[in-house]
Amino acid sequence: MQITIKIQRYNPDTDEAPYYQEFTVEADPNARLLDALMDIKRFQDGSLGFRKSCAHGVCGSDAMRINGTDGLACKTLVKEVAEEDGDTVVVEPLRYLPVQRDLIVDQAEFFAKYRAIKPYLINDEPVAEKERIQSPEERLQFDDSTNCILCASCYSACPIPEESPAFIGPAAIAQAFRFLADSRDRGADERLPALDADDGVWLCENHFKCTQACPRSILITKRINQTKRMIKEHKGEK
Amino acid sequence: MIHQFDTIIVGSGGAGLYAALEASCKSKTAVLSKLYPVRSHTGAAQGGISAALGNVEEDKPEWHAFDTVKGGDYLVDQQAAKILTEEAVQAVYDLENRGLPFNRTPEGRIDQRRFGGHTRNFGEGPVRRACYAADRTGHMILQTLYQQCIKNDVSFFDEFQVVDLILEGTVCSGLVVVELATGELHIFAAKAVLFATGGFGRIFKITSNAYANTGDGPAVCARRGIPLEDMEFYQFHPTGIMGLGILISEAVRGEGGILRNRDGERFMERYSPTLLDLAPRDIVARSIQTEVLEGKGIRGDGKIDDYVHLDATHLGADVLGTKLPDITGFCKTYLGINPADKPIPVLPTAHYAMGGIPTDTDGRVLLDKDGTVVDGLYAAGECACVSVHGANRLGTNSLLDLVVFGRRAGLHIADYVNQAAMPAVDESDAAGAQSWIGRLTDGSEGPHGGYISDEMQTTMMEKIGIYRNERDMAAAVQEIKELRQRYDTVRVQDSSKQFNTDLLELIELGNLLDLSLITAESALKRQESRGAHSREDYPERDDDNWLKHTLAYLDGDEVRLDYKEVDTSIWEPKPRSY
Repeated sequence: MQITIKIQRYNPDTDEAPYYQEFTVEADPNARLLDALMDIKRFQDGSLGFRKSCAHGVCGSDAMRINGTDGLACKTLVKEVAEEDGDTVVVEPLRYLPVQRDLIVDQAEFFAKYRAIKPYLINDEPVAEKERIQSPEERLQFDDSTNCILCASCYSACPIPEESPAFIGPAAIAQAFRFLADSRDRGADERLPALDADDGVWLCENHFKCTQACPRSILITKRINQTKRMIKEHKGEK
Repeated sequence: MIHQFDTIIVGSGGAGLYAALEASCKSKTAVLSKLYPVRSHTGAAQGGISAALGNVEEDKPEWHAFDTVKGGDYLVDQQAAKILTEEAVQAVYDLENRGLPFNRTPEGRIDQRRFGGHTRNFGEGPVRRACYAADRTGHMILQTLYQQCIKNDVSFFDEFQVVDLILEGTVCSGLVVVELATGELHIFAAKAVLFATGGFGRIFKITSNAYANTGDGPAVCARRGIPLEDMEFYQFHPTGIMGLGILISEAVRGEGGILRNRDGERFMERYSPTLLDLAPRDIVARSIQTEVLEGKGIRGDGKIDDYVHLDATHLGADVLGTKLPDITGFCKTYLGINPADKPIPVLPTAHYAMGGIPTDTDGRVLLDKDGTVVDGLYAAGECACVSVHGANRLGTNSLLDLVVFGRRAGLHIADYVNQAAMPAVDESDAAGAQSWIGRLTDGSEGPHGGYISDEMQTTMMEKIGIYRNERDMAAAVQEIKELRQRYDTVRVQDSSKQFNTDLLELIELGNLLDLSLITAESALKRQESRGAHSREDYPERDDDNWLKHTLAYLDGDEVRLDYKEVDTSIWEPKPRSY
C-alpha cells in the first residue's frame, strides 16, 4: 500500500530549527517501518539521517518515536502504524536527548547514566569451582532484565524527565536490578549512591510507560519497584 | 587530526572487546567502532558457545576439535582447531566468572545443549556441548564484555568509520578514519592495529547479517595488498525466516525441532541418517535447496524462493518460552505465528564468512603463503581466517572463535607493543582516503548507490549462492566488475559534514563491491565441491588438487590467486558423511 511518512528533519549545518518533511512510499503492510525508511534513504533522499543495524530488534540502533510512541523501527510493522492506503506515519527522534541530525540523537547522557550504576558483576571472592554455582531459580530472578539492549526507548517514553531531566531513567535502574538480583553479585553498596539519590529510583511514579515501550518485553516498572524494596531492605540490614 | 595510541582495535563486537580487555591492561588502547559498542552483530548470535565442559554428559576437547575439522570438510588448520577447542573450556568459565548469565542445570552448573555437527566419540551421535543463555548467547557475551570494558575503563571512539590502513613495507603504522559526527578525517598512529570488523553478509540479497556487516576490515586490507583467504567459502544458514532472512537459531533443532517438506516428511533422514536435522549447516542448507528445487517445498512450485517448514510445535510452549524466547518473539513479530502452534516457514540465508584476513593463531596478519607476518597488524573474529572453520563452520564455533582468538590477539599485542617503536605518520598518509571521499563528495552529478547495491546483492545471491557452476560464476565476475566501474561515477546526495550517513553507506558499498569481486573470483577458480562451496560441474571433493587454502590478492580491477597448504597434522582427510 501507499503511505506517507512524515519525518522530523534537522541538519545543524543548515537549519535553524527542526521541521517536518513528508515522503510517499510504497510499503508492504507486513514490512518493517525500517524497510520503508531505507526505501526513502536509498531511492528518494540519501541525506535522511537515522541509525540502524541488525534490523530485527536486537541491536537497539533504530529507536525512535513512531506516531508518538517510542520503539524500534525494525520491530514495528507498517500495518501496526498505518491501517490503510494514504495513512500518515509520524516519525520523530527520541525525547530528552539532543538531536544531532534528523532522527539521530546524542546518546552520551543516556550511557553516562547507565555507567553510573556500575553495570558489571562485582564480586572479588575467589571462585570455588570452575563456574560460580547458581540455581535455575536464582537465575530466573533477573532473567528478563538481561534482555536489555540499551535502545533508550524507555528513557524517551518516561514522563519523569520532563520535570526532572537529571532522573537516572528506567534503563539504568533495570540494569542495576540485573546485578542486584544476581545471586553472584556483591555490589549493592557500590551502586547505592547512584540509585538512592535525589535523581535516583525514588523519582519513579509508576507510570508504566517504560514497560509499555520496551521492545524486549522487560517488566521495567516492576523491576524498578523491586529495586526500591531492595534498597530499603539493604539499608535496613545495616 | 593525528592521534597516538599503542593499540587500536577496530570493531567492538566480541573479538574486539575481548582483545581490548587484554591489550588495555598493558598498553594505551582505544577501540574504534562505526556503531555504538553494544550495537555490534555479535549481539545477534543466538544458540550458544561450544566447549567440552562435560557438565551434562561425557565430552572431550579432542572430540570437539575433530568435529570442527570434519565439519570444515578438512580445510581447517588442525593445530588451530586444537587450540580453539582446548581453550574453549576456560574461555567459557571466564565469561561466567565475569558475569555472563548462562542457563543452568538443576545442580547450578552451566547447562549445555545439542548443536549441528557436534558429536561424541568422533561422530557416534549428537553431544550436548553448546553452553547457552536462552537464545541470546551472543547478546550476553557482547553485554558481558562491554560491561568489563566499562569496569576496566577502556577508551572508545564511537561512530568512527575506518577508511584506510597505513603500511610501511611490512609494518603497520596506523589507520585513516572518518568521524561520523563531524565528517573529519583522523589519522591514528599505532604500534598495533587489530581488525575485528565482523562479517560481510550484505554482499547477498537475503542475509541474517546487519546493515553494518560490510567487511570494512578485509576490504581495507585487500586494497593495501594483503590477501584474503578462502573467500569462496560462505555459509548459508539453513533456517532464515522466509523472505526476510532473519536467523532462526539452530538451537531450535538442537532442542528437537524438525525440518519438513510439503508432504510433512522429515527429509533429513534421507540426507543425513545419523545426525538428521543436526547435520552441519552446509549439508542442511543444500538439502533444503534440493527439496525446494524438486518441487517439495511448501508451495511446491520448484522456484528458488519456495520454502520448507521448521516444526517446533511438539517442543511445547514451556521449552520455547524458557530456551527459545527470542525465536518465539521473532515468529510472532514478523510472521504473526506462534511456533508452539504452527511450523516456521524457513529458507537458507547468507550468514557467515569462513574466509577473511589470513592470520596465525596469535591473530597476526599474514602476507603470503610463506607466512610472512605484517608486523603490528592483527585480525580476529569473523573478519579473520585462522583457519578454524575451513570450508564450513559448525554452529556455536563463531562465538568461541571470537573469545579465544580475540583474547589471544589481545595478549600478543600487549607483549608486542612493549618492544615496538611508535611509527611516524603524517598528514600525507590520508591522501588515499581524501581522494576517495573527495571524489564521492565533489558536488558533481552522479548516480546514487542504491541501485548498484541492489544489483550486486542480486548477482551474488543468484550466481554465488548455495549451488554454483562455471557459467553463473563467470557471469557474476563480469557483472561485479561492471558495477565497480559504475561505482566510480557515484556521488553523495548529502552535502553536509555532520552525520553524513549517505557518505558512510557509499564507503561501505565500495567495500562490499571489492569483497564481492574477490569472493566470486575465488569461487570461480576452485574446481571442486568442498563444504559450503558446492559446484554442479565439479560435485566431488578433490583433495589431490584442491586440499589448499586460497589466497586472493586484489590488484586494481583484477584478482590474483595463490594457494597455501592446509595443516592436516592430526587427522588424515577422509570422506565426509554423517
